[in-house]
Amino acid sequence: MTDTVLPHRDKHQGRNKRIGLTLVVVVAAMVGAAYASVPLYRLFCQLTGLDGTTQVSSGNPKGVIAREMTVRFDSNVEGGLPWTITPARPITDKIGTVDTVVFTAHNSSDRPITGQAIFNVTPEQTGIYFNKIECFCFTEQTLQPGETVEMPIVFFVDPDIAEDNNLDTVRDITLSYTFYAVKSEGS
Amino acid sequence: MADTHALEAHEGHAHAEAHDHGHPTGWRRYVYSTNHKDIGVMYLVFSIFAGVVGALLSGAMRLELMEPGIQIFHGLAAMVYGVEGDAALDAGKHMYNVFTTAHALIMIFFAVMPATMGGFANYFAPLMIGAPDTAFPRINNIAFWLLPFAFTLLILSLFFEGPAGAHGFGGGWTAYPPLSTSGHPGPAMDFAILSLHIAGVSSILGSINLITTIFNMRAPGMTLHKMPLFAWAVLVTAFLLLLALPVLAGGITMLLTDRNFGTTFFAPEGGGDPILFQHLFWFFGHPEVYIMILPGFGMVSHIISTFSRKPIFGYLAMVYAMVAIGVVGFIVWAHHMYTVGMSLDVQRYFVAATMVIAVPTGVKIFSWIATMWGGSISFRTPMLWAIGFIFLFTVGGVTGVVLANAGADRALHDTYYVVAHFHYVLSLGAVFSIFAGWYYWYPKMFGIMYNEKLANAHFWITFVGVNLIFFPQHFLGLAGMPRRYIDYPDAYALWNMVSSIGYYVTFVGLLIFLYTLIEAARKKRPAGANPWGDGATTLEWTLPSPPPFHQFETLPRIDSKSDH
Repeated sequence: MTDTVLPHRDKHQGRNKRIGLTLVVVVAAMVGAAYASVPLYRLFCQLTGLDGTTQVSSGNPKGVIAREMTVRFDSNVEGGLPWTITPARPITDKIGTVDTVVFTAHNSSDRPITGQAIFNVTPEQTGIYFNKIECFCFTEQTLQPGETVEMPIVFFVDPDIAEDNNLDTVRDITLSYTFYAVKSEGS
Repeated sequence: MADTHALEAHEGHAHAEAHDHGHPTGWRRYVYSTNHKDIGVMYLVFSIFAGVVGALLSGAMRLELMEPGIQIFHGLAAMVYGVEGDAALDAGKHMYNVFTTAHALIMIFFAVMPATMGGFANYFAPLMIGAPDTAFPRINNIAFWLLPFAFTLLILSLFFEGPAGAHGFGGGWTAYPPLSTSGHPGPAMDFAILSLHIAGVSSILGSINLITTIFNMRAPGMTLHKMPLFAWAVLVTAFLLLLALPVLAGGITMLLTDRNFGTTFFAPEGGGDPILFQHLFWFFGHPEVYIMILPGFGMVSHIISTFSRKPIFGYLAMVYAMVAIGVVGFIVWAHHMYTVGMSLDVQRYFVAATMVIAVPTGVKIFSWIATMWGGSISFRTPMLWAIGFIFLFTVGGVTGVVLANAGADRALHDTYYVVAHFHYVLSLGAVFSIFAGWYYWYPKMFGIMYNEKLANAHFWITFVGVNLIFFPQHFLGLAGMPRRYIDYPDAYALWNMVSSIGYYVTFVGLLIFLYTLIEAARKKRPAGANPWGDGATTLEWTLPSPPPFHQFETLPRIDSKSDH
């Protein structure tokens, strides 16, 4: 090997390192992107109602339209949570009407238990139009041993749903809750 | 000028002179290897080994599915886990799902990827661009040696508790939560996750090495637009790996922390969403299928060109078709998720975007056919495999366009139609391209010639076998037979029987392949620098076979008129 080779090799190596390090940064950025997708996805669901994410509102300023919508209610309880939930009866009303329904929850165990409900609606595309003004699911619930409580939901369906051609055939919306024990309380 | 710029094969380190031109021998040559050709061969040997393991797993599945009812898995479970009676039956049912999962992961991460992006890319991308070695030879070494450990972890996972009272992870290669979190509380899933982490790190390191090599170490005159198509395929694939694998790593790390450290990324009770995992997984998973097939596109291009004695038709279109497939491959992932309840508008987008991929893919298929058109074709073994590849890949591509339709997919989702589709593009497409590359470059890598009669028999038997396995699965899928079940109603008996017979035929092909290796090693027919004649124009054919331990001490110059 002649002396002239070495500077060339050094230049070569320097560029190799630069390209290599750039690619390492790309990899790190993609791992970051995977984690960034978690809050972004949540935000996206809240903004677009993706996956049946319902909306929170303080009231219906848009009025009532003639088309009717039936809202059905469903409840599930995580295995091991000794609660019995009785969902409200289905309710049919003109779209835009603010309705109040009541769920009943009973703690059949001999100790106080704190639970939290998570929820969505189906068809999932109606999430963006389903507004809750008041809901027990906004906070954690603590039920004393043997206690039965009534839990209200105040909601309305946004009349803008009439303008969404994809949802022209929708006559029913099902609001479903799943109750979980809150882990931090210990059980 | 350039010829005075001779490079040493070993990239200079301060102490490089200690082993600059000594050839390490014995086990050191391989374990400590920084030589891209030796590492490439090790990747290929590893891939053959893993491929045989994966094929044996699928053999157990086909034996089981040959007739309705449970045939072998309760016995297997009794043998391996020492359970009896009804417990053996339950363990057997779970074991079947563990086998499908392991078959998929082994074939994808330990058979196909090590063969294409490990073996052939390492060995031939530097040769084709006139580089003395890869840019980071030591990273190359560690990238390979991570794989056996990853593979060992995956195999170990089969023997640890998955769901309560059963062994192994049986949730499919997609590992959707909640089955992969609360559904498999035992450590089997953690082993599988760590295995994927290590395999992922290996692939990322390999990609960084290959991209840097291709960007920075091309011989004088080898511009990107003169670069052989295989090197282009490797470049595009390495970028796909670089962008996709970290997302998988992130997703499965979230699974790991959800499982073990109380996070709730995918657990609804903590505000997470299991669907998010599917998005993350398929953001990786869809580019992954192109990762498996793109290097094959590159190899097949050279083989078709060599044995038609014509330059490839539409070189630039071929290059940019691969780039387009790579780019569009990142924005179609949710076509794997039509049934999760996306809005119709989102589905419409993913249908349209998915169908767009058929355009660059069609450009490639038609360019291969146009290359053969009017060429002086010789049907040597690699050419048979390459033409077989085009045929099988096209069949798989057509069913892919069918499945791209959200409406059709809702009926076909998770049926054997999907199984048939992805085996036509991967198990038949990618694997045929690997065998095409293997027989094309075998004389170059080992300096000896295989017995062409045996190799051709390998092709024909495999071709008949795989079509017998997978074509009837289209019928089963259209008739509604779901994937991932150990048993099925009698109505599906006929085509399952045919499919299983196809497996036995294919297995005979595999045995012939292994015998071909032994026969060639014993007969040692010298191959010469270029056994394929004028059609083989890329740089590796200018070197002796096998190439010297250190090649291109004088860098080749690519003059401005030479074509690809």
